[in-house]
Amino acid sequence: MQSLPTSPRPPGSVGVSPADGSARHAGGTPTLPGGMTPARPGPFTFSTACSLGAGIVMLLGIWFGSRGLRDFDSALVWYAGASVFSGMGIAYRYSMWLQRPPTRLYWRRGWQFFLNPARLAWNSGRLAGLFWDNFVLQRFIERRAPLRWGAHWLISWGCLLAAAVTFPLSFGWLRFETAPDSQEIYYCYLSGIRVLAFPTDSFVALVLFHVLDIAAVMVLAGISLSLVRRALDRGALSVQQFANDLFPLVLLFAVSITGLMLTVSSHVLHGTHHGFLSQFHAITVIMTLMYLPFGKFFHVFQRPAQLGVRFYKDAGAAGEPARCIRCGEEFGSRLHVEDLKLVQAQLGIHYEMPDGTHYQDVCPPCRRKNLALIQDGMWRAASLASEERTHG
Amino acid sequence: MELNFFVDYHRCIGCQACVQACQECDTHRGVSMIHLETIRRADSVQTAPQVCMHCADPICARVCPADAIKKTPDGVVQSSLKPRCIGCTNCVIACPFGVPRYTVEVDQMMKCDMCYDRTSIGKKPMCATVCPSGALSYTTLDDFRRDRRGTPVNEWVFGGETVRTRVFVVVPPPTEQMLIQLTTAAGGGAGPDTPADRDDVASLLEGR
Ligand code: SF4
Ligand code: SF4
Repeated sequence: MQSLPTSPRPPGSVGVSPADGSARHAGGTPTLPGGMTPARPGPFTFSTACSLGAGIVMLLGIWFGSRGLRDFDSALVWYAGASVFSGMGIAYRYSMWLQRPPTRLYWRRGWQFFLNPARLAWNSGRLAGLFWDNFVLQRFIERRAPLRWGAHWLISWGCLLAAAVTFPLSFGWLRFETAPDSQEIYYCYLSGIRVLAFPTDSFVALVLFHVLDIAAVMVLAGISLSLVRRALDRGALSVQQFANDLFPLVLLFAVSITGLMLTVSSHVLHGTHHGFLSQFHAITVIMTLMYLPFGKFFHVFQRPAQLGVRFYKDAGAAGEPARCIRCGEEFGSRLHVEDLKLVQAQLGIHYEMPDGTHYQDVCPPCRRKNLALIQDGMWRAASLASEERTHG
Repeated sequence: MELNFFVDYHRCIGCQACVQACQECDTHRGVSMIHLETIRRADSVQTAPQVCMHCADPICARVCPADAIKKTPDGVVQSSLKPRCIGCTNCVIACPFGVPRYTVEVDQMMKCDMCYDRTSIGKKPMCATVCPSGALSYTTLDDFRRDRRGTPVNEWVFGGETVRTRVFVVVPPPTEQMLIQLTTAAGGGAGPDTPADRDDVASLLEGR
Protein backbone atom coordinates (compact mmCIF):
# COMPACT_ATOMS: atom_id res chain seq x y z
CA MET A 1 0.00 0.00 0.00
CA GLN A 2 1.16 3.48 -0.63
CA SER A 3 1.24 6.56 1.45
CA LEU A 4 -1.75 8.78 1.11
CA PRO A 5 -1.32 11.73 -1.21
CA THR A 6 -0.21 15.02 0.21
CA SER A 7 -2.68 17.67 -0.74
CA PRO A 8 -2.02 21.33 -0.10
CA ARG A 9 -3.06 21.94 3.47
CA PRO A 10 -3.35 25.03 5.57
CA PRO A 11 -0.60 25.85 8.05
CA GLY A 12 -0.56 23.53 10.99
CA SER A 13 -2.00 20.63 9.09
CA VAL A 14 -0.37 17.25 9.04
CA GLY A 15 -0.17 14.53 6.49
CA VAL A 16 -1.39 11.00 6.85
CA SER A 17 1.46 8.73 7.66
CA PRO A 18 2.96 6.50 5.05
CA ALA A 19 2.05 2.85 4.95
CA ASP A 20 5.01 1.91 7.09
CA GLY A 21 3.40 4.00 9.78
CA SER A 22 6.18 6.50 10.19
CA ALA A 23 4.75 9.94 10.52
CA ARG A 24 5.21 11.91 7.34
CA HIS A 25 5.10 15.30 8.99
CA ALA A 26 4.22 14.36 12.46
CA GLY A 27 4.09 17.52 14.44
CA GLY A 28 2.62 19.66 11.79
CA THR A 29 5.07 22.45 12.40
CA PRO A 30 3.27 25.55 11.22
CA THR A 31 4.90 27.49 8.44
CA LEU A 32 4.63 31.18 9.07
CA PRO A 33 4.08 33.75 6.31
CA GLY A 34 7.28 34.36 4.44
CA GLY A 35 8.38 30.76 4.91
CA MET A 36 9.68 31.33 8.44
CA THR A 37 9.37 28.53 10.90
CA PRO A 38 8.28 29.14 14.48
CA ALA A 39 10.71 29.23 17.36
CA ARG A 40 9.56 26.04 19.05
CA PRO A 41 11.51 22.97 18.00
CA GLY A 42 10.13 21.10 15.00
CA PRO A 43 8.95 17.51 15.15
CA PHE A 44 12.18 16.15 13.77
CA THR A 45 14.32 18.03 16.32
CA PHE A 46 12.10 16.83 19.14
CA SER A 47 12.21 13.25 17.92
CA THR A 48 15.97 13.36 17.41
CA ALA A 49 16.30 14.55 21.01
CA CYS A 50 14.01 11.72 22.20
CA SER A 51 16.03 9.22 20.23
CA LEU A 52 19.35 10.44 21.63
CA GLY A 53 17.84 10.53 25.13
CA ALA A 54 16.70 6.93 24.79
CA GLY A 55 20.17 5.90 23.61
CA ILE A 56 21.83 7.63 26.56
CA VAL A 57 19.38 6.12 29.08
CA MET A 58 20.00 2.65 27.66
CA LEU A 59 23.78 3.06 27.72
CA LEU A 60 23.62 4.33 31.32
CA GLY A 61 21.33 1.40 32.15
CA ILE A 62 23.88 -1.01 30.72
CA TRP A 63 26.75 0.71 32.56
CA PHE A 64 25.11 0.76 35.98
CA GLY A 65 23.18 -2.49 35.59
CA SER A 66 26.33 -4.39 34.71
CA ARG A 67 28.28 -2.72 37.54
CA GLY A 68 30.53 -0.67 35.31
CA LEU A 69 30.65 -3.45 32.69
CA ARG A 70 32.09 -5.92 35.21
CA ASP A 71 29.20 -8.33 34.49
CA PHE A 72 29.00 -7.45 30.80
CA ASP A 73 29.63 -10.41 28.51
CA SER A 74 31.69 -9.04 25.62
CA ALA A 75 30.54 -11.95 23.43
CA LEU A 76 27.09 -10.37 23.51
CA VAL A 77 28.21 -6.87 22.59
CA TRP A 78 26.56 -7.02 19.15
CA TYR A 79 23.23 -7.86 20.72
CA ALA A 80 23.57 -4.98 23.18
CA GLY A 81 24.62 -2.54 20.46
CA ALA A 82 21.73 -3.53 18.19
CA SER A 83 19.32 -3.19 21.13
CA VAL A 84 20.48 0.37 21.79
CA PHE A 85 20.10 1.32 18.12
CA SER A 86 16.70 -0.31 18.05
CA GLY A 87 15.68 1.57 21.21
CA MET A 88 16.75 4.85 19.62
CA GLY A 89 14.75 4.07 16.47
CA ILE A 90 11.70 3.18 18.50
CA ALA A 91 11.97 6.40 20.53
CA TYR A 92 12.28 8.40 17.30
CA ARG A 93 9.27 6.87 15.65
CA TYR A 94 7.18 6.86 18.81
CA SER A 95 7.81 10.55 19.42
CA MET A 96 7.00 11.37 15.79
CA TRP A 97 3.79 9.42 16.14
CA LEU A 98 2.90 11.18 19.38
CA GLN A 99 3.19 14.54 17.68
CA ARG A 100 0.33 13.87 15.28
CA PRO A 101 -2.65 15.92 16.54
CA PRO A 102 -5.10 13.02 17.11
CA THR A 103 -2.46 10.89 18.82
CA ARG A 104 -1.25 13.77 20.97
CA LEU A 105 -4.78 14.51 22.09
CA TYR A 106 -5.56 10.92 23.08
CA TRP A 107 -2.24 10.59 24.84
CA ARG A 108 -2.80 13.76 26.86
CA ARG A 109 -6.46 13.03 27.61
CA GLY A 110 -5.81 9.37 28.45
CA TRP A 111 -3.28 10.29 31.13
CA GLN A 112 -5.41 13.20 32.36
CA PHE A 113 -8.41 10.96 32.99
CA PHE A 114 -6.35 8.09 34.33
CA LEU A 115 -4.47 10.25 36.85
CA ASN A 116 -7.58 12.12 38.01
CA PRO A 117 -7.05 11.90 41.81
CA ALA A 118 -10.75 11.27 42.51
CA ARG A 119 -10.76 8.17 40.30
CA LEU A 120 -7.16 6.99 40.49
CA ALA A 121 -7.91 3.98 42.73
CA TRP A 122 -10.84 2.86 40.58
CA ASN A 123 -8.82 3.50 37.40
CA SER A 124 -5.91 1.42 38.70
CA GLY A 125 -8.24 -1.52 39.30
CA ARG A 126 -9.70 -1.08 35.84
CA LEU A 127 -6.21 -0.89 34.37
CA ALA A 128 -5.32 -4.21 35.98
CA GLY A 129 -8.47 -5.77 34.52
CA LEU A 130 -7.83 -4.33 31.06
CA PHE A 131 -4.21 -5.45 31.23
CA TRP A 132 -5.24 -9.00 32.06
CA ASP A 133 -7.91 -9.14 29.40
CA ASN A 134 -6.23 -7.27 26.56
CA PHE A 135 -2.57 -7.99 27.13
CA VAL A 136 -2.25 -11.28 29.01
CA LEU A 137 -5.19 -13.12 27.47
CA GLN A 138 -5.61 -10.94 24.37
CA ARG A 139 -9.31 -11.68 24.39
CA PHE A 140 -10.18 -9.00 21.82
CA ILE A 141 -8.18 -10.97 19.25
CA GLU A 142 -9.92 -14.18 20.25
CA ARG A 143 -13.24 -12.51 19.48
CA ARG A 144 -11.93 -11.51 16.04
CA ALA A 145 -10.93 -15.06 15.08
CA PRO A 146 -9.76 -17.96 17.27
CA LEU A 147 -7.05 -19.04 14.83
CA ARG A 148 -5.68 -15.52 14.65
CA TRP A 149 -5.73 -15.37 18.44
CA GLY A 150 -3.87 -18.68 18.81
CA ALA A 151 -1.16 -17.56 16.40
CA HIS A 152 -0.85 -14.12 17.97
CA TRP A 153 -0.83 -15.36 21.55
CA LEU A 154 1.92 -17.90 20.89
CA ILE A 155 4.07 -15.51 18.88
CA SER A 156 3.68 -12.57 21.26
CA TRP A 157 4.30 -14.54 24.46
CA GLY A 158 7.13 -16.49 22.86
CA CYS A 159 8.80 -13.21 21.87
CA LEU A 160 8.20 -11.58 25.26
CA LEU A 161 9.60 -14.61 27.06
CA ALA A 162 12.71 -14.53 24.88
CA ALA A 163 13.07 -10.78 25.33
CA ALA A 164 12.77 -11.10 29.12
CA VAL A 165 15.89 -13.27 29.09
CA THR A 166 17.88 -11.94 26.15
CA PHE A 167 17.89 -8.25 27.03
CA PRO A 168 19.03 -8.59 30.67
CA LEU A 169 21.64 -11.13 29.60
CA SER A 170 23.08 -9.05 26.77
CA PHE A 171 23.02 -5.87 28.89
CA GLY A 172 25.05 -7.63 31.58
CA TRP A 173 22.25 -7.32 34.15
CA LEU A 174 21.83 -11.06 34.50
CA ARG A 175 24.67 -13.48 35.10
CA PHE A 176 24.87 -17.20 35.88
CA GLU A 177 27.78 -18.78 37.74
CA THR A 178 28.58 -22.08 39.40
CA ALA A 179 28.98 -21.93 43.17
CA PRO A 180 32.64 -21.59 44.21
CA ASP A 181 32.41 -24.71 46.37
CA SER A 182 30.23 -26.93 44.17
CA GLN A 183 29.92 -27.63 40.47
CA GLU A 184 26.39 -28.93 41.12
CA ILE A 185 24.94 -25.58 42.23
CA TYR A 186 24.25 -22.60 40.02
CA TYR A 187 23.86 -19.01 41.17
CA CYS A 188 21.87 -16.37 39.29
CA TYR A 189 22.92 -12.74 39.85
CA LEU A 190 20.89 -9.65 38.98
CA SER A 191 23.18 -6.59 38.84
CA GLY A 192 25.62 -8.35 41.11
CA ILE A 193 22.98 -9.37 43.66
CA ARG A 194 22.43 -13.09 44.04
CA VAL A 195 18.73 -13.73 43.46
CA LEU A 196 18.59 -17.48 42.90
CA ALA A 197 20.55 -20.64 43.72
CA PHE A 198 19.56 -23.99 42.21
CA PRO A 199 21.05 -27.44 41.61
CA THR A 200 22.04 -28.06 37.98
CA ASP A 201 19.86 -31.14 37.75
CA SER A 202 16.73 -29.44 39.12
CA PHE A 203 13.55 -28.58 37.23
CA VAL A 204 14.33 -24.87 37.68
CA ALA A 205 17.65 -25.39 35.91
CA LEU A 206 15.97 -27.29 33.10
CA VAL A 207 13.46 -24.47 32.53
CA LEU A 208 15.99 -21.65 32.93
CA PHE A 209 18.55 -23.14 30.58
CA HIS A 210 15.91 -23.93 27.98
CA VAL A 211 13.69 -20.90 28.28
CA LEU A 212 14.83 -19.65 24.86
CA ASP A 213 14.06 -23.04 23.34
CA ILE A 214 10.59 -22.96 24.88
CA ALA A 215 10.12 -19.46 23.46
CA ALA A 216 11.34 -20.62 20.03
CA VAL A 217 8.89 -23.54 19.99
CA MET A 218 6.03 -21.21 20.95
CA VAL A 219 6.97 -18.78 18.17
CA LEU A 220 7.31 -21.55 15.59
CA ALA A 221 3.92 -22.98 16.56
CA GLY A 222 2.43 -19.48 16.28
CA ILE A 223 4.03 -18.95 12.87
CA SER A 224 2.59 -22.26 11.65
CA LEU A 225 -0.92 -21.26 12.74
CA SER A 226 -0.45 -17.87 11.16
CA LEU A 227 0.63 -19.38 7.85
CA VAL A 228 -2.35 -21.73 7.87
CA ARG A 229 -4.64 -18.75 8.39
CA ARG A 230 -2.90 -16.70 5.73
CA ALA A 231 -3.10 -19.57 3.25
CA LEU A 232 -6.78 -20.33 3.85
CA ASP A 233 -8.31 -16.93 4.51
CA ARG A 234 -9.14 -15.41 1.14
CA GLY A 235 -9.63 -12.02 2.76
CA ALA A 236 -6.12 -12.11 4.22
CA LEU A 237 -4.76 -13.36 0.90
CA SER A 238 -6.10 -10.34 -0.93
CA VAL A 239 -4.73 -7.68 1.41
CA GLN A 240 -1.52 -9.21 2.76
CA GLN A 241 1.81 -7.92 1.54
CA PHE A 242 5.17 -9.55 1.73
CA ALA A 243 6.98 -6.60 3.34
CA ASN A 244 4.37 -5.93 5.98
CA ASP A 245 2.84 -9.28 6.80
CA LEU A 246 5.14 -12.08 5.71
CA PHE A 247 8.62 -10.62 6.20
CA PRO A 248 8.13 -10.32 10.00
CA LEU A 249 7.18 -14.00 10.07
CA VAL A 250 10.27 -14.87 8.04
CA LEU A 251 12.43 -12.95 10.53
CA LEU A 252 10.88 -14.65 13.56
CA PHE A 253 11.18 -18.02 11.88
CA ALA A 254 14.88 -17.43 11.19
CA VAL A 255 15.56 -16.36 14.77
CA SER A 256 13.67 -19.29 16.29
CA ILE A 257 14.97 -22.01 14.03
CA THR A 258 18.62 -20.94 14.30
CA GLY A 259 18.20 -20.70 18.08
CA LEU A 260 16.84 -24.24 18.23
CA MET A 261 19.59 -25.48 15.93
CA LEU A 262 22.14 -24.08 18.38
CA THR A 263 20.62 -26.23 21.13
CA VAL A 264 20.61 -29.28 18.86
CA SER A 265 24.22 -28.61 17.91
CA SER A 266 25.43 -28.44 21.51
CA HIS A 267 23.27 -31.21 23.02
CA VAL A 268 22.95 -33.71 20.19
CA LEU A 269 25.69 -33.05 17.62
CA HIS A 270 28.54 -32.38 20.08
CA GLY A 271 28.96 -28.81 18.95
CA THR A 272 29.01 -29.41 15.20
CA HIS A 273 28.82 -26.08 13.31
CA HIS A 274 28.20 -24.28 16.60
CA GLY A 275 30.37 -21.30 15.67
CA PHE A 276 28.69 -20.78 12.33
CA LEU A 277 25.23 -21.26 13.81
CA SER A 278 25.78 -18.80 16.63
CA GLN A 279 26.95 -16.16 14.14
CA PHE A 280 23.98 -16.86 11.90
CA HIS A 281 21.64 -16.65 14.89
CA ALA A 282 23.19 -13.35 15.96
CA ILE A 283 22.62 -11.91 12.47
CA THR A 284 18.95 -12.90 12.50
CA VAL A 285 18.42 -11.42 15.98
CA ILE A 286 20.18 -8.18 15.06
CA MET A 287 18.10 -7.87 11.88
CA THR A 288 14.92 -8.36 13.92
CA LEU A 289 16.00 -5.75 16.45
CA MET A 290 16.76 -3.29 13.65
CA TYR A 291 13.37 -4.01 12.06
CA LEU A 292 11.47 -3.31 15.32
CA PRO A 293 11.04 0.46 14.86
CA PHE A 294 10.08 0.28 11.20
CA GLY A 295 7.78 -2.58 10.48
CA LYS A 296 4.79 -4.40 11.82
CA PHE A 297 6.36 -5.09 15.23
CA PHE A 298 6.02 -1.40 16.08
CA HIS A 299 2.36 -2.03 16.93
CA VAL A 300 3.63 -3.54 20.20
CA PHE A 301 4.48 -0.02 21.29
CA GLN A 302 1.40 1.65 19.81
CA ARG A 303 -1.07 -0.83 21.17
CA PRO A 304 -1.11 0.33 24.82
CA ALA A 305 -2.85 3.48 23.56
CA GLN A 306 -5.93 1.24 23.51
CA LEU A 307 -5.95 1.42 27.31
CA GLY A 308 -5.87 5.23 27.28
CA VAL A 309 -8.82 5.22 24.88
CA ARG A 310 -10.82 3.16 27.40
CA PHE A 311 -10.32 5.78 30.10
CA TYR A 312 -11.22 8.47 27.61
CA LYS A 313 -14.43 6.63 26.73
CA ASP A 314 -15.28 6.19 30.44
CA ALA A 315 -14.88 9.93 30.99
CA GLY A 316 -16.96 10.69 27.91
CA ALA A 317 -19.76 8.36 29.01
CA ALA A 318 -19.85 9.98 32.45
CA GLY A 319 -20.26 13.43 30.90
CA GLU A 320 -22.78 15.08 28.62
CA PRO A 321 -23.77 13.18 25.45
CA ALA A 322 -23.45 14.67 21.97
CA ARG A 323 -26.81 15.18 20.27
CA CYS A 324 -27.22 15.31 16.52
CA ILE A 325 -28.38 18.72 15.32
CA ARG A 326 -30.48 17.04 12.64
CA CYS A 327 -32.34 14.26 14.46
CA GLY A 328 -31.68 15.09 18.11
CA GLU A 329 -30.42 11.57 18.87
CA GLU A 330 -27.32 10.90 21.00
CA PHE A 331 -24.27 9.76 19.05
CA GLY A 332 -21.35 9.64 21.46
CA SER A 333 -19.97 12.03 24.02
CA ARG A 334 -19.78 15.80 23.79
CA LEU A 335 -16.20 15.52 25.02
CA HIS A 336 -15.30 13.41 22.00
CA VAL A 337 -17.06 15.62 19.48
CA GLU A 338 -15.54 18.82 20.85
CA ASP A 339 -12.06 17.28 21.03
CA LEU A 340 -12.42 16.03 17.48
CA LYS A 341 -13.27 19.55 16.33
CA LEU A 342 -10.01 20.74 17.87
CA VAL A 343 -8.08 17.97 16.15
CA GLN A 344 -9.79 18.78 12.86
CA ALA A 345 -8.82 22.44 13.21
CA GLN A 346 -5.20 21.40 13.72
CA LEU A 347 -5.39 19.10 10.71
CA GLY A 348 -6.96 21.76 8.50
CA ILE A 349 -10.34 20.00 8.21
CA HIS A 350 -13.07 22.66 8.01
CA TYR A 351 -16.54 21.33 8.65
CA GLU A 352 -17.98 24.76 9.55
CA MET A 353 -21.20 25.18 7.53
CA PRO A 354 -22.24 28.51 5.99
CA ASP A 355 -25.31 28.67 8.27
CA GLY A 356 -23.11 28.68 11.37
CA THR A 357 -23.66 25.00 12.23
CA HIS A 358 -20.85 22.45 12.31
CA TYR A 359 -21.01 19.28 10.24
CA GLN A 360 -19.27 17.43 13.06
CA ASP A 361 -22.50 17.88 15.07
CA VAL A 362 -24.43 15.71 12.61
CA CYS A 363 -24.63 12.01 13.52
CA PRO A 364 -23.39 9.42 10.98
CA PRO A 365 -26.87 8.06 10.09
CA CYS A 366 -28.12 11.60 9.44
CA ARG A 367 -25.08 12.26 7.24
CA ARG A 368 -26.03 9.26 5.13
CA LYS A 369 -29.72 10.19 4.96
CA ASN A 370 -28.89 13.78 4.19
CA LEU A 371 -26.72 12.85 1.19
CA ALA A 372 -29.44 10.65 -0.28
CA LEU A 373 -32.09 13.32 0.26
CA ILE A 374 -29.99 15.96 -1.44
CA GLN A 375 -29.34 13.74 -4.45
CA ASP A 376 -32.99 12.74 -4.66
CA GLY A 377 -34.00 16.38 -4.38
CA MET A 378 -31.75 17.23 -7.33
CA TRP A 379 -33.42 14.61 -9.51
CA ARG A 380 -36.89 15.75 -8.45
CA ALA A 381 -36.02 19.32 -9.28
CA ALA A 382 -34.60 18.26 -12.63
CA SER A 383 -37.70 16.28 -13.56
CA LEU A 384 -39.99 19.13 -12.46
CA ALA A 385 -38.02 21.51 -14.62
CA SER A 386 -38.23 19.18 -17.58
CA GLU A 387 -42.00 18.73 -17.07
CA GLU A 388 -42.41 22.46 -16.97
CA ARG A 389 -40.47 22.79 -20.19
CA THR A 390 -42.60 20.09 -21.85
CA HIS A 391 -45.95 21.50 -20.76
CA GLY A 392 -45.27 24.93 -21.28
CA MET B 1 -10.24 0.53 -19.07
CA GLU B 2 -10.54 1.70 -15.49
CA LEU B 3 -13.62 0.50 -13.69
CA ASN B 4 -15.45 2.95 -11.47
CA PHE B 5 -18.08 2.76 -8.80
CA PHE B 6 -21.29 4.76 -9.25
CA VAL B 7 -23.90 5.38 -6.57
CA ASP B 8 -27.36 6.55 -7.56
CA TYR B 9 -29.24 6.74 -4.26
CA HIS B 10 -32.64 7.54 -5.70
CA ARG B 11 -32.75 4.35 -7.76
CA CYS B 12 -32.64 2.21 -4.61
CA ILE B 13 -35.71 0.01 -4.14
CA GLY B 14 -34.78 -1.21 -0.65
CA CYS B 15 -34.49 -4.88 -1.65
CA GLN B 16 -31.51 -5.44 0.69
CA ALA B 17 -29.67 -7.59 -1.86
CA CYS B 18 -26.55 -5.46 -1.32
CA VAL B 19 -26.74 -5.94 2.44
CA GLN B 20 -26.89 -9.70 2.03
CA ALA B 21 -24.18 -9.80 -0.65
CA CYS B 22 -21.85 -7.62 1.41
CA GLN B 23 -21.76 -10.33 4.07
CA GLU B 24 -20.21 -12.66 1.51
CA CYS B 25 -17.17 -10.44 1.04
CA ASP B 26 -14.10 -12.39 2.11
CA THR B 27 -12.39 -9.52 3.88
CA HIS B 28 -15.22 -9.30 6.48
CA ARG B 29 -17.14 -12.52 6.03
CA GLY B 30 -20.49 -12.72 7.79
CA VAL B 31 -20.69 -9.02 8.61
CA SER B 32 -22.33 -6.53 6.29
CA MET B 33 -20.51 -3.24 5.91
CA ILE B 34 -22.96 -1.45 3.65
CA HIS B 35 -25.42 0.95 5.25
CA LEU B 36 -28.97 0.89 3.95
CA GLU B 37 -30.87 3.89 5.25
CA THR B 38 -34.62 4.19 5.45
CA ILE B 39 -35.68 7.80 5.07
CA ARG B 40 -39.14 9.03 5.95
CA ARG B 41 -40.09 11.67 3.46
CA ALA B 42 -43.25 13.77 3.47
CA ASP B 43 -44.85 11.83 0.61
CA SER B 44 -43.09 8.44 0.63
CA VAL B 45 -40.30 6.35 2.03
CA GLN B 46 -36.88 6.31 0.46
CA THR B 47 -34.12 3.80 0.99
CA ALA B 48 -30.51 4.57 0.20
CA PRO B 49 -27.31 2.53 0.26
CA GLN B 50 -24.05 3.99 1.50
CA VAL B 51 -20.71 2.47 0.64
CA CYS B 52 -17.30 3.91 1.44
CA MET B 53 -16.63 6.65 -1.08
CA HIS B 54 -12.85 6.03 -0.99
CA CYS B 55 -11.76 9.62 -0.58
CA ALA B 56 -8.58 10.87 -2.24
CA ASP B 57 -7.42 12.32 1.10
CA PRO B 58 -9.53 10.36 3.57
CA ILE B 59 -10.61 12.27 6.65
CA CYS B 60 -11.03 8.94 8.46
CA ALA B 61 -7.29 8.31 8.07
CA ARG B 62 -6.30 11.86 8.92
CA VAL B 63 -8.08 11.80 12.27
CA CYS B 64 -6.94 8.27 13.14
CA PRO B 65 -4.51 8.45 16.08
CA ALA B 66 -3.18 4.95 15.39
CA ASP B 67 -2.24 5.23 11.71
CA ALA B 68 -4.57 2.34 11.16
CA ILE B 69 -6.20 3.33 7.85
CA LYS B 70 -4.23 2.98 4.63
CA LYS B 71 -4.94 3.48 0.97
CA THR B 72 -3.85 1.11 -1.78
CA PRO B 73 -2.06 2.38 -4.91
CA ASP B 74 -5.35 1.95 -6.80
CA GLY B 75 -7.11 4.39 -4.47
CA VAL B 76 -9.03 1.99 -2.25
CA VAL B 77 -9.13 3.04 1.39
CA GLN B 78 -8.80 -0.12 3.44
CA SER B 79 -10.55 -1.16 6.59
CA SER B 80 -8.52 -0.51 9.75
CA LEU B 81 -5.34 -2.54 10.19
CA LYS B 82 -6.16 -5.03 12.90
CA PRO B 83 -2.88 -4.76 14.80
CA ARG B 84 -3.15 -0.99 14.96
CA CYS B 85 -6.77 0.09 15.43
CA ILE B 86 -7.35 1.08 19.05
CA GLY B 87 -11.09 1.47 18.69
CA CYS B 88 -11.25 5.19 19.43
CA THR B 89 -14.10 5.82 16.90
CA ASN B 90 -12.61 9.09 15.64
CA CYS B 91 -13.05 7.83 12.09
CA VAL B 92 -16.64 6.75 12.75
CA ILE B 93 -17.80 10.20 13.73
CA ALA B 94 -15.48 12.19 11.44
CA CYS B 95 -16.15 10.51 8.08
CA PRO B 96 -18.29 12.96 6.07
CA PHE B 97 -20.30 10.09 4.58
CA GLY B 98 -20.95 8.26 7.87
CA VAL B 99 -19.26 5.09 6.69
CA PRO B 100 -16.98 3.38 9.27
CA ARG B 101 -18.53 1.01 11.80
CA TYR B 102 -17.13 0.32 15.24
CA THR B 103 -17.70 -3.16 16.66
CA VAL B 104 -17.52 -3.26 20.44
CA GLU B 105 -16.80 -6.99 20.84
CA VAL B 106 -13.65 -6.86 18.75
CA ASP B 107 -12.84 -3.26 19.69
CA GLN B 108 -12.16 -2.37 16.11
CA MET B 109 -13.39 -0.26 13.25
CA MET B 110 -14.39 -2.04 10.07
CA LYS B 111 -15.65 -0.57 6.84
CA CYS B 112 -16.33 -1.18 3.19
CA ASP B 113 -13.08 -1.85 1.31
CA MET B 114 -14.76 -2.08 -2.09
CA CYS B 115 -14.45 -5.88 -1.88
CA TYR B 116 -10.70 -5.61 -2.32
CA ASP B 117 -10.38 -9.37 -2.69
CA ARG B 118 -12.50 -9.01 -5.84
CA THR B 119 -11.81 -5.55 -7.25
CA SER B 120 -8.04 -6.03 -6.98
CA ILE B 121 -8.36 -8.84 -9.52
CA GLY B 122 -10.78 -7.04 -11.82
CA LYS B 123 -14.06 -8.40 -10.46
CA LYS B 124 -17.05 -6.28 -9.42
CA PRO B 125 -17.76 -5.60 -5.74
CA MET B 126 -20.45 -7.88 -4.30
CA CYS B 127 -23.06 -5.15 -3.81
CA ALA B 128 -22.75 -3.75 -7.34
CA THR B 129 -22.96 -7.28 -8.75
CA VAL B 130 -26.35 -7.97 -7.16
CA CYS B 131 -28.01 -4.54 -7.15
CA PRO B 132 -31.02 -4.94 -9.51
CA SER B 133 -31.88 -1.26 -9.83
CA GLY B 134 -28.57 0.35 -10.77
CA ALA B 135 -28.35 2.22 -7.47
CA LEU B 136 -24.91 0.65 -7.14
CA SER B 137 -22.95 -0.05 -10.30
CA TYR B 138 -19.35 -0.76 -11.21
CA THR B 139 -18.39 -0.10 -14.77
CA THR B 140 -16.23 2.09 -17.00
CA LEU B 141 -17.00 5.78 -17.40
CA ASP B 142 -17.61 5.24 -21.12
CA ASP B 143 -20.12 2.48 -20.52
CA PHE B 144 -21.79 4.53 -17.84
CA ARG B 145 -22.17 7.53 -20.18
CA ARG B 146 -23.52 5.33 -22.93
CA ASP B 147 -26.09 3.50 -20.82
CA ARG B 148 -27.19 5.85 -18.10
CA ARG B 149 -28.89 9.13 -17.44
CA GLY B 150 -27.16 11.73 -15.34
CA THR B 151 -23.64 12.88 -14.77
CA PRO B 152 -21.16 11.31 -12.37
CA VAL B 153 -19.74 13.69 -9.79
CA ASN B 154 -17.02 13.00 -7.25
CA GLU B 155 -16.42 16.33 -5.59
CA TRP B 156 -18.28 17.16 -2.39
CA VAL B 157 -18.38 20.32 -0.32
CA PHE B 158 -19.11 20.00 3.38
CA GLY B 159 -18.98 23.56 4.67
CA GLY B 160 -15.38 24.65 4.29
CA GLU B 161 -14.18 21.18 3.38
CA THR B 162 -13.93 19.93 -0.19
CA VAL B 163 -13.65 16.17 -0.54
CA ARG B 164 -12.80 14.26 -3.71
CA THR B 165 -13.82 10.63 -3.86
CA ARG B 166 -13.01 7.63 -6.01
CA VAL B 167 -16.69 6.65 -6.00
CA PHE B 168 -19.07 8.80 -8.06
CA VAL B 169 -22.60 9.91 -7.28
CA VAL B 170 -25.02 10.24 -10.18
CA VAL B 171 -26.80 13.59 -10.45
CA PRO B 172 -28.58 15.60 -13.13
CA PRO B 173 -26.29 17.59 -15.40
CA PRO B 174 -24.68 20.11 -15.34
CA THR B 175 -23.78 19.57 -11.66
CA GLU B 176 -20.05 19.58 -10.99
CA GLN B 177 -19.94 19.60 -7.22
CA MET B 178 -22.21 18.27 -4.51
CA LEU B 179 -22.91 21.12 -2.11
CA ILE B 180 -23.97 19.53 1.14
CA GLN B 181 -26.40 21.35 3.39
CA LEU B 182 -28.58 19.90 6.07
CA THR B 183 -31.95 18.83 4.80
CA THR B 184 -34.76 16.69 6.17
CA ALA B 185 -37.48 14.56 4.67
CA ALA B 186 -39.73 17.60 4.35
CA GLY B 187 -36.96 19.40 2.53
CA GLY B 188 -36.79 22.21 5.08
CA GLY B 189 -34.11 23.00 7.64
CA ALA B 190 -32.85 20.76 10.40
CA GLY B 191 -35.27 18.61 12.36
CA PRO B 192 -36.21 15.01 12.97
CA ASP B 193 -37.68 12.80 10.28
CA THR B 194 -41.41 12.18 10.30
CA PRO B 195 -42.33 10.30 13.51
CA ALA B 196 -42.79 6.55 13.24
CA ASP B 197 -46.13 4.92 12.66
CA ARG B 198 -45.91 1.24 13.53
CA ASP B 199 -47.56 0.09 10.30
CA ASP B 200 -46.00 2.35 7.74
CA VAL B 201 -43.51 1.14 5.14
CA ALA B 202 -40.53 2.79 6.83
CA SER B 203 -41.27 1.10 10.16
CA LEU B 204 -41.59 -2.24 8.45
CA LEU B 205 -38.32 -1.76 6.57
CA GLU B 206 -36.54 -0.69 9.71
CA GLY B 207 -37.98 -3.69 11.55
CA ARG B 208 -39.39 -1.50 14.32
S1 SF4 C 1 -15.89 7.79 2.79
FE1 SF4 C 1 -15.35 7.95 4.94
S2 SF4 C 1 -14.54 5.93 5.44
FE2 SF4 C 1 -14.51 6.09 3.21
S3 SF4 C 1 -12.46 6.89 2.73
FE3 SF4 C 1 -13.82 8.67 2.88
S4 SF4 C 1 -13.59 9.33 5.01
FE4 SF4 C 1 -12.78 7.24 4.92
S1 SF4 D 1 -11.33 3.50 15.48
FE1 SF4 D 1 -9.40 2.57 14.79
S2 SF4 D 1 -9.26 3.12 12.64
FE2 SF4 D 1 -10.80 4.46 13.53
S3 SF4 D 1 -9.69 6.32 14.10
FE3 SF4 D 1 -9.71 5.00 15.92
S4 SF4 D 1 -7.84 3.81 15.80
FE4 SF4 D 1 -8.15 4.70 13.78
